[in-house]
Amino acid sequence: MRECDFEVRRKHLAGLTDSELEERFWGLTGEIMEPLLKIAKQNTTPSIERSVLLRMGFNSFETKELVDKCIEHKLLRKGAGHLVWRLSSIKGISVRSAGELLLQDREWETVKSYLESGEEYAPATR
Amino acid sequence: MVKSMRLQHDKKLDIEKVISDLDKYRPRRKGWVWRTTQKKYHIGEFDYLQCSDNLKQSQPLPAAKSFGFIDPQPDVVITSEIASGRFEDDLRRMRMAAWHGADHIMVIRTAGQSHFDGLIEGTPEGIGGVPITRKQIRATRKALDYIEDEVGRPINFHSYVSGAAGPEIAVMFAEEGVNGAHQDPQYNVLYRNINLYRSFVDAAEAKTIMNSAGMAQIDGAHNANATARQAWKVMPELMVQHAINCTFSNRTGMPKDRICLSTVPPTAPPAPCIRIDLPYAVALRELFKGYRFRCQMNTKYMESCTREATVSHTLNTLISRLTSADIQSTITPDEGRNVPWHYNSIHGINTAKQALNGLDGLLEIVELKKEGPLREKVRELKERAVLFLEEILEIGGYANAVKLGFFVDSGQYPERNDDGISRDPDGGVGVGQVIPRDPDYFAPVCHHFGYNKIPADAGSTGKVCDAIGGCTLCDADKIQYIDEMDQEDNVNVRMEKVKPYLNSELIKPEVQWSGDGYLLVTLFLPAEERTAEFAALEIASRMGLADAEVIHRQVMQNAEGTLIEMKGRLDFSIITSEIVVPPKPELLEEEEIRKIFQENKLTVVAATVGEDEHSVGMREIIDIKHGGLEGYGVKCHYLGTSVPLQKLVDAAIETNSQAILISTIISHGDIHRLNMKKLHNICVEKGVRDRILLLGGGTQVSHEVAVECGLDAGFGRGTKGIQVASYLAKALKTQKRS
Repeated sequence: MRECDFEVRRKHLAGLTDSELEERFWGLTGEIMEPLLKIAKQNTTPSIERSVLLRMGFNSFETKELVDKCIEHKLLRKGAGHLVWRLSSIKGISVRSAGELLLQDREWETVKSYLESGEEYAPATR
Repeated sequence: MVKSMRLQHDKKLDIEKVISDLDKYRPRRKGWVWRTTQKKYHIGEFDYLQCSDNLKQSQPLPAAKSFGFIDPQPDVVITSEIASGRFEDDLRRMRMAAWHGADHIMVIRTAGQSHFDGLIEGTPEGIGGVPITRKQIRATRKALDYIEDEVGRPINFHSYVSGAAGPEIAVMFAEEGVNGAHQDPQYNVLYRNINLYRSFVDAAEAKTIMNSAGMAQIDGAHNANATARQAWKVMPELMVQHAINCTFSNRTGMPKDRICLSTVPPTAPPAPCIRIDLPYAVALRELFKGYRFRCQMNTKYMESCTREATVSHTLNTLISRLTSADIQSTITPDEGRNVPWHYNSIHGINTAKQALNGLDGLLEIVELKKEGPLREKVRELKERAVLFLEEILEIGGYANAVKLGFFVDSGQYPERNDDGISRDPDGGVGVGQVIPRDPDYFAPVCHHFGYNKIPADAGSTGKVCDAIGGCTLCDADKIQYIDEMDQEDNVNVRMEKVKPYLNSELIKPEVQWSGDGYLLVTLFLPAEERTAEFAALEIASRMGLADAEVIHRQVMQNAEGTLIEMKGRLDFSIITSEIVVPPKPELLEEEEIRKIFQENKLTVVAATVGEDEHSVGMREIIDIKHGGLEGYGVKCHYLGTSVPLQKLVDAAIETNSQAILISTIISHGDIHRLNMKKLHNICVEKGVRDRILLLGGGTQVSHEVAVECGLDAGFGRGTKGIQVASYLAKALKTQKRS
């Protein structure tokens, strides 16, 4: 519990003009939001990855299964769409077919070893 | 593409057609649409300063009858929240809402969807809302396409991008042409206990996607009003909540003019609410210049009295007009007692439209004071909000503030009552699901927020999605449409059950779903509250109403009696083909009427009879200026008001009139009926009944009542001169023939 100490707290604001006060309001808000924006830029979540797969043309059941499998294989940090695209590029097949292979629990090692080697890879066909 | 269906104003919306071929449906446009406005409109006899373009077809306010049926559309978007759990029934209500002036249809989600980690498919029935699925969204957008063509104004479709599946829902909405959505990570954190970091990381992605489709965003700050014990004390915090979501949204790329603050006047009478709510509204408009304002109506202090809610909501609209509004949301007056009913959604819209019409151009003639208590309070609120922000930074930032229960505390900041909502930033639904992106993290799609390392061999020279030959936001044909998942719980099964009601083969009272059978009984019982309540239920039982429930009780005086409103279900239906509907009298054309009266001179005497001083109604009927009988060439002897019947009949005989027109407005003790009967009897006594036509008019008069009382014809509320003229002309013609 805290009694209202507005009159004491506000002393440093008393001299500000309205526009200075408003500037301060937005300056402080920007400062508060900065760390969260940074976290948002540098991280991903299962829902974000499912949303990427949706945009790649997979349906809601497929996206859920694919992302769950990415989590199992500890590969979500690479991007779920990345894995599907990379497999399609390695095998020279469509994105859809690559997704289907991964859904059948196939070719995970292929993508994994490729991504973890960090080597350039010459795709079979482009 | 699915061809558009042209609705006919007198034909029901064909739901079966709406839900057919949905796999082929594509939205005709994306993005939010504001109303088209000009500086000034001249509508009917009036100038309007805060209006927008007229609708092609609409349902005006009831009083429009006295103003040439004008239906001025205010300059602000008007929202109706519609979600009964069955979207197929909601579509019909959406059409009613659009006809009354709503152009923002907000669909509430079913209970529990915010915790569902993924998309739902099909059309299952919802509770307190609709399960938001692709099929349901597609069907609704398609129906709204038809409806917006019918009324002649774009309709914005809106739902929620929050909860654990925000980014996926945002993608689905962007693909399907949803025009607006609630998106505010604070809502997830505070009210749904979804992990704080997960909520903000998801929100950045969701907002980016929403922005790509031009959607308008509404924040969730209004929930603090509804949650805090004393809603007017959270005003400084509300400013902070708005600022957090505004800044976060803006920094993901969303422009200010599509970021809407969801703001509610926090108080309601008996509090002196305008004096409390207005400074807050002014402070918000000043601080959040450039952003948009979605003005919500107060729900916190709503009880079961629909009249009380309507007055509070009218005062809320006054605040909108004294400051500004971009979207005027509406709350149904029955929200305090049940899931909103069809006609109460319409009442809510009309409360907004009526108040906005009435307050049009208010600031042309009044202005808010530039000094004194209003300005002092505005300044104080801004300072309190700044102090709130300062303390967030002092204690280590937003996550710590949430942990320490800074938000939704009922003390007016900096006062603290320690009853705020506290959430552990390292807890909640979805904790541990925020995963750092590796240096080679890649998402081969458009409108992805944050770090994205496009591999050199991805072939993304233009758009990121070139790597995969286009994403669904660029190529809609890549979207996979899923129809039904549940063979029992779906729209087809539900519609099959109510089929006879869909085409009006059978009718039953309805408040939300086809054939639900609910009706409202209003009664005053001369008994104290509890006796009245149980007596009412007994009455319902003897009336044969099932599932009766008292939904409003209001003491008129402890001993003298109680007002009761009670709902119940009828267990029978009316077979429409068995009802005898008397045909509506057909009106003759104006020219034909004039011709008849030229060939057959007609003289009438007219008066308001009894002890009745109402003259307006009769004047409307006879006066040439109002398109009355005189204009058609009828000679009218108007004797004035409070005219004794005897005198009127004498005058008719003296002037050799062929008709007597009486107006009888007062109806206490059935005096209108007595007057009509007496007129008939006097004419019989005098032996003139056969040659004089007797016409009665008044608010409680109908043709059937008048005929029952011995007159030839009766005319009710809203009768125009032409109707009486047409009747007299036809009667003259018939007499001549016989």
